[in-house]
Amino acid sequence: MDILYLLIPISLIIMGIAIWVFLWAIRSGQFEDLEGPAHQILMDDDDPRIPRKPKLNEDKE
Amino acid sequence: MNGSVQQEDCYHCGLPVPASAHYLVDIEGESHPMCCRGCQAVAQAIVDSGLTDFYRYRTEKSPQAKDLVPEQLEELALYNREDLQKSFVTEQSDDSRETSLILEGIVCAACVWLNERHVRALPGVQEFAVNYSTHRARVRWDNERIRLSDILEAISAIGYHAHPFDPGRQEQIYRDERRAAMRRLAVAGLGMMQVMMLAVALYAGEHEGMDAGLKNFLRWVSMLLTVPVILYSGKSFFTSAWRDLRRHQLGMDVPVSLAIGGAFAASVWATLRGSGEIYFDSVTMFTFFLLAGRFLEMGARHRAGQAAEELVKLLPATASRLNDGNEERVPVTDLGPGDAVLIRPGESVPADGRVTEGSSSVDESLLTGESLPQLRKPGDLLVGGTVNNESPLLMQVDSVGEETVLSAIVRLLDRAQMEKPGIARLADRVAGWFVAGLLVLAAGVAWWWWQHEPAHAFAVTLSVLVVTCPCALSLATPAALTAATGALTRLGVLTTRGHALETLAHATHMIFDKTGTLTEGRLRLDSVETFTTLDRNECLRIAAALEQGSEHPIARALIAEAPESPRAEAMLASPGQGIEGVVNGDRYRIGVSAYVNELCMDDVSISGDTLSSVVLGNENGALAHFCFADHLRAGAEVTIRQLQQLGLEVELLSGDELNAVQSVASTLGIDRFQARSRPEDKLARIRELQSAGAVVAMIGDGVNDAPVLAGAQVSLAMGGGTQLAHASADMVLLSEQLPHLVDAVRTSRRTLAVIRQNLAWALVYNIVALPLAAVGWVAPWMAAIGMSTSSLVVVLNALRLRNKGNS
Repeated sequence: MDILYLLIPISLIIMGIAIWVFLWAIRSGQFEDLEGPAHQILMDDDDPRIPRKPKLNEDKE
Repeated sequence: MNGSVQQEDCYHCGLPVPASAHYLVDIEGESHPMCCRGCQAVAQAIVDSGLTDFYRYRTEKSPQAKDLVPEQLEELALYNREDLQKSFVTEQSDDSRETSLILEGIVCAACVWLNERHVRALPGVQEFAVNYSTHRARVRWDNERIRLSDILEAISAIGYHAHPFDPGRQEQIYRDERRAAMRRLAVAGLGMMQVMMLAVALYAGEHEGMDAGLKNFLRWVSMLLTVPVILYSGKSFFTSAWRDLRRHQLGMDVPVSLAIGGAFAASVWATLRGSGEIYFDSVTMFTFFLLAGRFLEMGARHRAGQAAEELVKLLPATASRLNDGNEERVPVTDLGPGDAVLIRPGESVPADGRVTEGSSSVDESLLTGESLPQLRKPGDLLVGGTVNNESPLLMQVDSVGEETVLSAIVRLLDRAQMEKPGIARLADRVAGWFVAGLLVLAAGVAWWWWQHEPAHAFAVTLSVLVVTCPCALSLATPAALTAATGALTRLGVLTTRGHALETLAHATHMIFDKTGTLTEGRLRLDSVETFTTLDRNECLRIAAALEQGSEHPIARALIAEAPESPRAEAMLASPGQGIEGVVNGDRYRIGVSAYVNELCMDDVSISGDTLSSVVLGNENGALAHFCFADHLRAGAEVTIRQLQQLGLEVELLSGDELNAVQSVASTLGIDRFQARSRPEDKLARIRELQSAGAVVAMIGDGVNDAPVLAGAQVSLAMGGGTQLAHASADMVLLSEQLPHLVDAVRTSRRTLAVIRQNLAWALVYNIVALPLAAVGWVAPWMAAIGMSTSSLVVVLNALRLRNKGNS
């Protein structure tokens, strides 16, 4: 069981990293809006901004 | 889709398109019908900025768009004033400014997309981000290139309404509080998991045998892991316990810190010595459970606070000041005595003063509770905060700010708030006794062991402190309150102050205001008496035709009864008297009987001719007599009956006339009522009840109710009521459904029952565990299991409130 003397310190280091990641996520505001980003990713932002020709949108409705 | 336009729903808001409407917008090559000019303008604005994808993404129909009237645009421009911006804008270097906005009208994620795309495209806007969960937006702009009002206007153009709010006041505090709580929770949670893992190994080692060196190593690592949990996550318990002690109180945090601190100290001592029990697992788990409970409680409190914040508009009330015939829109605070102010129909009176020109009926119901409008002629007093109903009035300001009637009421409110009698929270009361008892017991145990076996005295005393660990006790109240608050918020009953639910459960008297609370606060047609062959509907149509351009409550009630009326010509209004006009070639008058009599040169005397009735007549005589009344809200009777069945004494305190109050009271079966009460009178009545030992719950809506709302032990304001009422109430009935009051009372009582059960359970657990610990039989693993089960029982019991609240 001597391996524990190595494994436990390693687990401590991993835990330290986990806490650091968590704190970073809190600091960068990732828990501020838990709903919006899930929808945002589905909406295209790269469409050309000029009004498009109707032909392109046949699939709509 | 292009053909039958008439039967369709509005493409923008989904309401049916009226047959007469011809508002079309080309969207992606197809022409779509709109229901009104507002929706058309919004849809066109969306198309013009190339954001038609909005219609593809959205999952809900948008709310119907309203056109901004020029006055509203002028009001938006007020947000550009430097003195006003100071309160809600943070200035950065190089002229860029930042503020937070409350966005109204957001129904789905596509709204967020639309707003972000549209506003970010404005030149001068540097950043615009919408938070979908809270419906708040943060905007940063270059003040040289764009004004704040332009941004707000652009948001209005696509059919939403935005208004700034003061983020420094609450939003910032909330965010810091939430982040700090999450950080503490993260450290405690991860620490707990690690310590627990090691604890399982140690417990197994007790049974199976473990190498002494490894055991010692695991104990040291456990200690190392617990240190940040105690020093960082648990710090808040120690600081607030210290604060309690300095104020000579024994709050819930005192036993909590005692348990955490005691167990930690004992475990550290045992680790350093290399023998004795360690409680690191219990300590970390306890800290995590408590922090989690408080985190959820904080979440409920923040949500309620944010909802309450949406009721508050930062914009100061504005008024139209006349300077040598030029009209200028200024904030009310800029007005001074002697200023001439124009008050249009529908606007509120900005300050106390006198009428100089014009005459009109003024609605004073919010200030006095009087349900009928009062006539004001040149020379008459006008009170700030009342609403002009009928025709434009010119007034001269007499007093502003501190000297107005409104501020006198606010001062009364402040005083009432300070003198508010409190009800000590159950858990705090129990905690005081609990801690005192615990300390005495621990001292007794220590003394006994010291006499008999001094070597074990320290260890046993500490295990007493650890086992009685008041985790369940301190989770009992927050868990129940969080669950109940959530259930009530879903019903539309907002709890804005923490004590409200507990106090409501104790209430013995429930006091109602009349106008706007039990009644709808607006007049409706009650009865029609006809005098000739002309029937009821025909009379109503003529009356409605005459009243067409009037803002008077009676006029609105008549128009609501006969929506399709003929056109009246040659209209002549005599404020306070009535209106004359020609309908279908005949001359009619509607108004007080004397005024109608003048036309027909007849002397019709009508019985029961009061302020809330009008007579319609033509040149041949009177035709009809309409009576109006302020109708009761739906469910008022059921609510009162059920409240009485729940054992509450119901009373009615109103500023209205005696007969109006009397008739409402008798309809609803309320025995005690008081009419013509000023705010002071209402407050006095409540003080009288309170000194007799009653716990008073007050329900109101107007400015005149605000001091009483603040003075009652617990108070509820109607959602449609005044801001002052909202601010002084502990709960807000956003749904405006009176029957929800009964739900609120029932939920509050169930909450109190659950809190009691939880406290009882926690005490029983402690009473059983304590003797075992005192004789030295409790191993640390038993303490850990006992503690987590008892906490779990408490939380599950509280969750029952959540389920029942739905039904």
